[in-house]
Amino acid sequence: MTTGPIIETKGLEVRFPLPTHFLSRQKPVLHALNGVDIAISPGETFCVVGESGCGKTTLGRAIMGLLEPSAGEILFQGQRIDGMDETTRKPIRRDMQMVFQNPYASLNPRRNVYETLAEPVRHLMPEKSPVELRQQVEEVLAATGCDPSWQRRLPHEFSGGQRQRIAIARALVTNPAFIVADEPISALDVSIQAQILNLLTDLQGERGLTYLFITHDLSVVEHFGTRVAVMYLGAVMELASAETIFDNPKHPYTRLLLDAIPKLEGGSFDKPRTPGELPDPVNPPPGCPFAPRCPMAEDLCRRDRPHLRELPNGTHAACHFAE
Amino acid sequence: MPMLEVQDLHVAFPQGRKSEVEALRGVDLTLEKGERLGVVGESGAGKSMLAFAILNLIAEPGRVSQGRIMFHDRNLLDLSERDIRAVRGNRISMIFQDPMVTLNPVLSIGTQMMETLRAHRRISGAEARALCIAKLREVAIPSPESRLDAYPHELSGGLRQRVVIAIALLTDPELIIADEPTTALDVTIQAEIMALILKLCRENDVALILITHDLGVVAEVTQRLMIMYAGKCVETGATGAIINAPHHPYSAGLLRALPQNAARGTRLYQIPGAMPPITALPTGCAYHPRCARATALCKAEIPPLENGAACFHPLTAPEEVP
Amino acid sequence: MISLKGFLRRFFSDPVAIGAGLVLLVLVLMAVLAPFLAPQNPYDLMQLDIMDSEMPPSWKPGGDPRFWLGTDAQGRGVFSTIMYGTGISLLIGIGAVIVQAVLGVTLGLIAGYKGGWIDSFLMRLADIQLSLSTLMMAIIALALFQAAFDANIYADYAIIMLIMVIGIAEWPKFARTVRSSVLGERKKEYVDAARVIGLPPRKIMWGHILPNTLTPVLVISTIQVAEAIMIEASLSFLGLGMPVDRPSLGSLIRSGFEFIFSGSWWITLYPAIVLVALILALNLLGDWLRDVLNPKLRRGED
Repeated sequence: MTTGPIIETKGLEVRFPLPTHFLSRQKPVLHALNGVDIAISPGETFCVVGESGCGKTTLGRAIMGLLEPSAGEILFQGQRIDGMDETTRKPIRRDMQMVFQNPYASLNPRRNVYETLAEPVRHLMPEKSPVELRQQVEEVLAATGCDPSWQRRLPHEFSGGQRQRIAIARALVTNPAFIVADEPISALDVSIQAQILNLLTDLQGERGLTYLFITHDLSVVEHFGTRVAVMYLGAVMELASAETIFDNPKHPYTRLLLDAIPKLEGGSFDKPRTPGELPDPVNPPPGCPFAPRCPMAEDLCRRDRPHLRELPNGTHAACHFAE
Repeated sequence: MPMLEVQDLHVAFPQGRKSEVEALRGVDLTLEKGERLGVVGESGAGKSMLAFAILNLIAEPGRVSQGRIMFHDRNLLDLSERDIRAVRGNRISMIFQDPMVTLNPVLSIGTQMMETLRAHRRISGAEARALCIAKLREVAIPSPESRLDAYPHELSGGLRQRVVIAIALLTDPELIIADEPTTALDVTIQAEIMALILKLCRENDVALILITHDLGVVAEVTQRLMIMYAGKCVETGATGAIINAPHHPYSAGLLRALPQNAARGTRLYQIPGAMPPITALPTGCAYHPRCARATALCKAEIPPLENGAACFHPLTAPEEVP
Repeated sequence: MISLKGFLRRFFSDPVAIGAGLVLLVLVLMAVLAPFLAPQNPYDLMQLDIMDSEMPPSWKPGGDPRFWLGTDAQGRGVFSTIMYGTGISLLIGIGAVIVQAVLGVTLGLIAGYKGGWIDSFLMRLADIQLSLSTLMMAIIALALFQAAFDANIYADYAIIMLIMVIGIAEWPKFARTVRSSVLGERKKEYVDAARVIGLPPRKIMWGHILPNTLTPVLVISTIQVAEAIMIEASLSFLGLGMPVDRPSLGSLIRSGFEFIFSGSWWITLYPAIVLVALILALNLLGDWLRDVLNPKLRRGED
């Protein structure tokens, strides 16, 4: 059992060249991730929150190997996995799996449930005999609350919540240690969201899983997360434990996010709010990415990009003025 | 007299060749001038259907099979196509979820706004333009004069939705129906848009029907609330009252399942099962298979809406297990 | 995806589909069972008698009950030649579509999945090929072939040549259809899930994406068969297709054409009617299939 972090990123950068006319001189580049350093400890539920364009999905995909980083390192249990060739990476894939956002698109419509669940085992654990394979599939179906009769059926016969259970079963079938869950409940009905969240919590307790939980829903984070990273325009603005970040947010963006959550007691929307728009990720301004919208911004902020620094209460914030 | 009164509305769709299935099974709604009502439910409950029915926009082969929709003192269902067009977009405006679908991508913002204005009013081009700029300013769009010539794809999601709101307000309507207006938007943009809608409704005395699945948003914006389940209204009343002390087990379940209502680290309360599809409704109360308080009566008969809740055994005090 | 039951129900409730289906069934059976059902084998020279030539259909004066639809200039019964000819037309049509489909689906899959310059290259190639008329390319290819080889050799290889020429000329249609499906499917998360498991691109393309792109392929296949038969008929009519002693419907029409003005109209007319019926049935079925398999036109009860 390793004691170091299970997943680490160091200076992770991801840039996408944008398609341009082949004669044009400009080559615009979209900066999706601008130097992200995180370290996830085994057993924790590390949440990444942010709004569209902040890079949280890109972070998840880079860690899972769905895209190559432009710079920086990604480490799994101390071993560098970015740029690894497929043969070396294959055994590691058993331990890292992913659950996707859209249950209506994450299962191949032409494959039945058994085939979908058996495929990862066949590819990543070829030493398993057909009998063992079947057992493994049935075990993971039971663990996620799926009925064994579902095995012969096709995805379109199931509801969104059921499909997401199947997707979670697929992620569990190779017995991974680490799961990236990319907005796993956003596409589900409200009364099903609680069921799936409870399932994820139970599975974590039973199997000692570590989660990287990507979401935009802060109330889920407050309930479910151990540590939280708030991202904005490709960088981490604040990194803190779940309790601290809600009780005592240090970064102005985090405060803006928390302030925007509608509250059951009402009253938050009584004051009009000026429109704030995300600046262009193709031409990020120099300095702090949040400066254009920040009520506390000064010249220093627009000039120098602040890096994550540790504050006395243990929170890390990327702000010149946080304390 | 209430401004809008929906009485016993039924919307039916054909199923197979011989039978029909009801998407709305007898819904009542009243709305006073300037009042803000929230309609909450999960997908399939029928809340969007209700909005479309009010504006007589139910697409074939669906139809309104029963009921009346009284706007002031005229039944909207009896109006000819020409008369309903004078109401639709003019006195009752609608805001949909996805502004990229509401706005025509090949026409400039200005063209679309002026088109709406001139469809309902005799007004010169110059006056229309001035009015459009004024409305864009009212929804806090920066540099409105230049935005008038912009195309929808040139604006961000938040700005586009503001344009949609501006168009909805152009004709000074009495009622705005907003169907999930902020579901596709980020949380900070959602806060801005909802604050804007709230401000405009208060200032201009415009009534609002806000359709959403988000209880937090209705708590912030609406005065009264209607909770829908499987094509019927199961609870209605003042928003604050329902949120603090729900009477129907489903409403209580929804509220209890919210993460903000659960203690950190505990399991979330989850309502067992799932909402039945309208093609396979149970007998009696549609919620009874999921309800811990269900009795034989609940299986046999559909509970009428009484004292704001459609339940034979409503909750009388905040209890542990609804 | 429509269920089999829903599909059959739609079929049996649509008179056009039933009609087209019946016609097609009759013609296909006729072609397949030709060796057993035809009154005579028109290509067995032993069975022909030149004295039987140019006899009108049996109900006309001068007709012979042995030859229901009359005979051609060589004494072959027109009905028998139609039965065999339909078979050849169908063989070429279906063969050509198989070639088009295999070539087009493979190239479309690769272009769609790999993207980049491979995609650009293949699509430009497809664009160029689409801008040239198939008929024109086929004429050139076949004329060259005929000129280069002896007539006997040509006769032996004519079917293969026609299948290959029409097949290769029309691959862009399948390629483009598959490519646009692939572009849509590639973005879906089940493809990401397959990549997360570490499946190689080859397996993802063929095992995951391809099965989900086949519905449009099925739809255009029917219509492409009709088109291939039509092209072959045109080529045969121009003399570049099937030879006279192993004719398809097109060559039958051609060989009878000379006799229209001399009065033996039946030699051309009946094969022409059968050709039209075949193509019409295939087109109607193809259109119907497209409507039924279109998810946006789906009615709730399917």
